[in-house]
Amino acid sequence: MLSFLARRLGQAVIVMLVVTAVAFVMFRFLGDPLVAILGIESTEAQREIVRAELGLDRPVAIQFLNYLGGVLQGDFGISYRLGRAVETVLVERLPATVELAVSGMLIAIVVGIPAGVYAALNRGRVLSRILLSASLFGISMPSFFMGLILIWVFAVTLGWLPSFGRGQVVDLGWWTTGLLSAGGLKALVMPALTLAAFQIAMIMRLVRAEMLEVVRTDYIRFARARGLSHRAVHYRHALRNTLIPVVTIIGLQLGSIIAFAVITESVFQWPGLGLLFLQSVATADVSMMSAYLILIAALFVGINLVVDLLYLVIDPRLRGRSELERA
Amino acid sequence: MTVGEIPVDDRTVRRPGWRDRLARSDVLHDFMRDPAAIVAASILLLFAVASLAPQIVAPYDAFDPNQFRLTDAFLAPVWLEGGDPRFLLGTDDQGRDMISAIIFGARVSLFVGLAGVLLAVLIGVAAGLVAGFVGGWVDAVTMRVADIQLTFPAILIAVMVDGVSRAAFGQADHNQVAVAVLVLAIGLSGWVQYARPVRGATLVERNREYVAAATMMGIAKWAIMLKHILPNVMTSVLVIGTIHLAVAVILEATLSFVGLGVPPTEPSLGTLIRIGNGYLFSGEWWIAIVPGCVLVILVLSINLLGDFLRDALNPRLK
Repeated sequence: MLSFLARRLGQAVIVMLVVTAVAFVMFRFLGDPLVAILGIESTEAQREIVRAELGLDRPVAIQFLNYLGGVLQGDFGISYRLGRAVETVLVERLPATVELAVSGMLIAIVVGIPAGVYAALNRGRVLSRILLSASLFGISMPSFFMGLILIWVFAVTLGWLPSFGRGQVVDLGWWTTGLLSAGGLKALVMPALTLAAFQIAMIMRLVRAEMLEVVRTDYIRFARARGLSHRAVHYRHALRNTLIPVVTIIGLQLGSIIAFAVITESVFQWPGLGLLFLQSVATADVSMMSAYLILIAALFVGINLVVDLLYLVIDPRLRGRSELERA
Repeated sequence: MTVGEIPVDDRTVRRPGWRDRLARSDVLHDFMRDPAAIVAASILLLFAVASLAPQIVAPYDAFDPNQFRLTDAFLAPVWLEGGDPRFLLGTDDQGRDMISAIIFGARVSLFVGLAGVLLAVLIGVAAGLVAGFVGGWVDAVTMRVADIQLTFPAILIAVMVDGVSRAAFGQADHNQVAVAVLVLAIGLSGWVQYARPVRGATLVERNREYVAAATMMGIAKWAIMLKHILPNVMTSVLVIGTIHLAVAVILEATLSFVGLGVPPTEPSLGTLIRIGNGYLFSGEWWIAIVPGCVLVILVLSINLLGDFLRDALNPRLK
């Protein structure tokens, strides 16, 4: 088990190094940071000074090590577009995205898993057919269009919910939250639903497929033969074993939900990391893009590690196998 | 089994190519009994015809500024108050007929989607074949890259590709290469899903006797890969490709919607929705909603057909 952990950790470090290298190459070789900071009309002498200040006159390897060192200390340089330290802006924007992603994920889990289980256990019933068609519709619906329709119905036509922004936000000092005010909660409803829609469909289809696979196995047939009640067979035997891959899926979806938040945030002008990233891409703000790339990579690698650990906890067979490996 | 008139030993019979297998499988038979698949295929056929000959199908040329007048702007669809029988689905902010704009837009969307998928197939199949056949460090490196990329969602990679090209080309020149960048973004963000199954299948096929026989006959490695192994993985590539096309069309629409895709001079469906988004609040909802519905119908049809192909071509599910 320890060797398994060490191997995964080693892989994670390598991935992070590669991503940081890519981010550095982007940061260093795309566009001209001097022009971006000083403007096109700057003189050569001015550029010389800033070049020395930024360390751009040193060998590339040294620059990479400096960049890496900075990243490790949470220093991502200055945003070309905003003229402020990248990390400060990122920390400011983080709460909005986290609140959006977590509420979206919660909705998706609460709706998606039961719907998937129902559709798997009641194959052929009208409701499961409707659920299945709805899920196909759900994965065919681009999330930005989903958001647009919600805005059209609930903000423009009915006037119930605000169409953009976070509403009233409470500042807790280290965190800003929209969850503590009615306005903030109202503003969260449509973005969270938009984000959840695709995930509900996705989770439902995966849970259903996984459950169908499990229901077909021998030990389920055997449990039935033993005369156990349907409930015991379905929920104590089948669902439990379905949940193992589902945990992986949800873990991995947490990453993709943050990626999809980019789009949702753009539709609702939600002031989070995703909107920041899109604005940075549209204006070729390379230092911001590099920082976002590293941040997202760290997030994904972290999630993958946690999912691997959860696997060990949930599935005792894996523990047994690694013990055998060691012997 | 026979080839022509001569009965031959089973082991020496050429394995049927994917085309023969497609014809011999029950796909056609299944297709005729699946109403959803028939409807989906018919809709796609309609899209294909409209895309191949938009000048004939569309009432106006959506890319020709001489054919629309600002005085016709913001006309509602005919069934609403203020509709004009000349424009069945209304007009947009520049007086462009919505039907024509949608037909030309869907053409751009489909072209970008198809080209992107094709690029992904080329990269993915090549990488999978080489990795599986050559093995060793080539295999290890390719699959590690694939692993790393798989942890990032396609949309992020596509946005990243767009951002890099923007920084590299400069803002002004970027519009000229926008379509090519989109195709590249879709291709680079989707190749892994082909590379993995192709590599897996190649690993299996590589050890078959017919490959050993081909090698002994002195056939070059690339020829074995292309002529002997590739046909055996084409069915799964076809299935993945269909579902990927739906994802690619959504990806293009999404990028265009957030302003990173096709420029408004030759709008795709996503660009049209982006344009309409600005008028949602002033009551001209059709400019965004109508192209959006067309986009959903297009993607839904592709998904339905993809689901059908997956079930029909996968004997395990029968």
